[in-house]
Amino acid sequence: MISRFTLSLVAGSACLGLSAIHGCGGSSNGVPSNTGDFLANYAEIVHAGYADSHARLVTLGAATSALVATPTPATLSAARGAWISARDPYLETEAFRFSQGPIDALDDFINAWPLNEAHLDYVVGMTNAGVVNDAGFVINGANLEAENLPASGGESDVAVGYHAIEFLLWGQDLSAVGAGDRPSTDYVSTGSGTASNQARRGLVLTTANDLLTAHLATLEATWAVGGAYRTEFLDHLESREALRRIVFGLVEFSGGELGGERLVAIDTHDQEDEHSCFSDNTQRDFVMDATGIENVYLGHYTRTDATTITGVGLYDVLAKVDAALADALRDRIAMSVALAMAIQAPYDQEIAPGNTAGNARVSALRASLQQQRLLLIDAASALHLPDPPAE
Amino acid sequence: MNRSLFLVLATWLVLSSCGGDPLALEPGEQLGGGETTTNRTILGKFAFAQPVPNLDLTRVDPFFTGNALFNQIWVTAPASVTSRDGLGPTFNSPSCSGCHFEDGRGRPPIDGERTMTSMLVRLSIPGLDAHGGTVDEPVYGGQFQPLSIDGVPSEGDVALTYVETPGTYSDGTAYSLRRPTIVFSNLAFGPMMPTTLASARVAPAMIGLGLLELIPESDLLGFADPDDANGDGISGRINHVWDDSTGALAVGRFGWKAGQPSLRAQSAGAFLGDMGLTTTEHPTDNCPPAQMACTTAINGGSPEVDPSLLDRVTLYSRTLAVPIRNNAGNARVLEGREVFRDLGCPSCHVERMVTPASASLPELGGQTIRPFTDMLLHDMGEGLADGRPEFEATGSEWRTPPLWGVGRVDTVNGHTFLLHDGRARGFAEAILWHEGEGLASRDAFRTLSAHDRDSLVQFLESL
Repeated sequence: MISRFTLSLVAGSACLGLSAIHGCGGSSNGVPSNTGDFLANYAEIVHAGYADSHARLVTLGAATSALVATPTPATLSAARGAWISARDPYLETEAFRFSQGPIDALDDFINAWPLNEAHLDYVVGMTNAGVVNDAGFVINGANLEAENLPASGGESDVAVGYHAIEFLLWGQDLSAVGAGDRPSTDYVSTGSGTASNQARRGLVLTTANDLLTAHLATLEATWAVGGAYRTEFLDHLESREALRRIVFGLVEFSGGELGGERLVAIDTHDQEDEHSCFSDNTQRDFVMDATGIENVYLGHYTRTDATTITGVGLYDVLAKVDAALADALRDRIAMSVALAMAIQAPYDQEIAPGNTAGNARVSALRASLQQQRLLLIDAASALHLPDPPAE
Repeated sequence: MNRSLFLVLATWLVLSSCGGDPLALEPGEQLGGGETTTNRTILGKFAFAQPVPNLDLTRVDPFFTGNALFNQIWVTAPASVTSRDGLGPTFNSPSCSGCHFEDGRGRPPIDGERTMTSMLVRLSIPGLDAHGGTVDEPVYGGQFQPLSIDGVPSEGDVALTYVETPGTYSDGTAYSLRRPTIVFSNLAFGPMMPTTLASARVAPAMIGLGLLELIPESDLLGFADPDDANGDGISGRINHVWDDSTGALAVGRFGWKAGQPSLRAQSAGAFLGDMGLTTTEHPTDNCPPAQMACTTAINGGSPEVDPSLLDRVTLYSRTLAVPIRNNAGNARVLEGREVFRDLGCPSCHVERMVTPASASLPELGGQTIRPFTDMLLHDMGEGLADGRPEFEATGSEWRTPPLWGVGRVDTVNGHTFLLHDGRARGFAEAILWHEGEGLASRDAFRTLSAHDRDSLVQFLESL
């Protein structure tokens, strides 16, 4: 630690002499001198986030297995609670989703939305729909994931991941006020159960959970010290390109995804046009997603066991070239987190036509995230991050 | 051809005699969409996905709603998210972005891909419908759908096979052009009618479309020369097509044969044809009588796409910005621009025009734009012909496609397949396929030096 600190000081003072020519913070490849420390700390945070997500899915797996073994309102409630706590650390990792990392190969199997409900299980008016009720469908992980439609790059039609498990725990949300209310008896296979194919439903649930757990384990492993992608990212990728991928990803996540697609319902007022529509957990999605961005920016992450990772953040890198912009972006990101927290759960009531105050709270978050997107683009300009090379 | 060659030579002499860099970037030349050009320093993969920077604040929310509806998948009805269900029963893609990935350009299947995923095949049989349009193939309809929802058979698979034909430039350099043949397989409802006309088309990029929609018919007529009165071998004419929203004929502007009069009509047509989603404009799912399971499948409401959502998607398609050009001022790029002009390319790929004021979208009005299209139909010869007329477009006529942004397709979409069916592997092959009205330019291109050919390609890559 001490030697690195000393080196930074040396680089910092050298920079003063060059600032008139190159702009301050320059190093041999044109990125601020603390970029390497930022990238190392970023890798720490990414790894910890996936490790926490993985651990919570293991807990969820135990809860879903208990539900399937002994379906009661209590085991169903426990499984739902485990799903909600499993979402928190994962949502914070969404800030890494658009940075060309190993998540790209798995994203469709983790967070596909909207869910093709009728492909998975019964829906209103179609009691025999979905793979649960298709006796000819052999339930295993490979078959569940092979169901995704071919696509050249657009999002595909997938029926696995967090929202598939959510649907199997809550069922369709047909309620005007509450969440989905699938009864625990949907898993009772001894004759007194509701719906059909209860044992198959249980197998789809546990298989989907196993798949998701395995994918998060893969991400945890590849980002671990010595893991394939962490090694590639820190030791082989040019630091300027690594920085570009991170900033670029935050631009897309802030503006296109969180501040764009996710908040569409404030415009359309479709009550269930929300990511966690079955559980009505969507407000939490916004808070943790916004927090994930702040984690990267400040170089700080609070783990699920309440320990913290603290180090150089994107803020510190940007401050080397434009302190005022770094502060403005810090304040904007904090504002977005605060505005997400200010939204009242359940989100589907906030967006209802006529809920003027709720609509205004959601609109304020969307506007803030769009401002955040523009400031992040300014940050990319200030850091002289180039267009990426052709693929 | 002689004229073109002379101009090439003359340009070369000017360049040589000056011995320096007489070519300069014209004011605003790098801004293809004028003030609506997106010039953010980070574009990359998202180069086609940016709103026009001057988008009015009141339209930001609807833009991003359109963006979401464009990018995200539609699902089988009935689903909890009622505004996003109703996919199919048969379809080409579950989302707009499945074909227009990152608002960019589709491509033909490549090695190992079973079927088309970002292009489609239009079907018809000879004859005209009541409005002068095409007549659907009776069993498979007006478009082939290789995908379907659970419980409904898909129509089958479709792929392309190729025959390579070698050729050489005047300097002896070899090239090869591949001619595709459409191959249907696993047809679920038996063979198509023997007289079926099929036309394979990739999804075009989505940028700058609202600007093109504004160009008045009088300007297009100014570009047109239907009887080739000036004797340059290039005619160019407007396609007149049926507009479902007005119940009258209108100027065709969009689609590979200019078969759609407006972006709203184009969007509604794509919702139905490509994704099986009904709109007020097209209230009935595309289920020919022979496809029983398709006909009886549960739908996602009437219509499945609410008019307000179609409005958002239409706004989105009108306001996706043209990206700033790459290296527009580079010396070789400027040389390439002169080659482009000397070959006569701008006769159809019209470089520059000005949009009129727009009451509904003032952001797009009064802009000097550089789309490199005249939006007119041109006979491109037998090599490119699909043999399938569409309203007034003959089987060998195609609309001049805009070239703005074409240099960024590689970055956005990871490929360089060009022309209506993606047969061309890069710019040189695309030029070499030009026949008919483009023959003289094509032949002149073949006689260029390797240096000039490369300059031209660098110019196109800069767009």
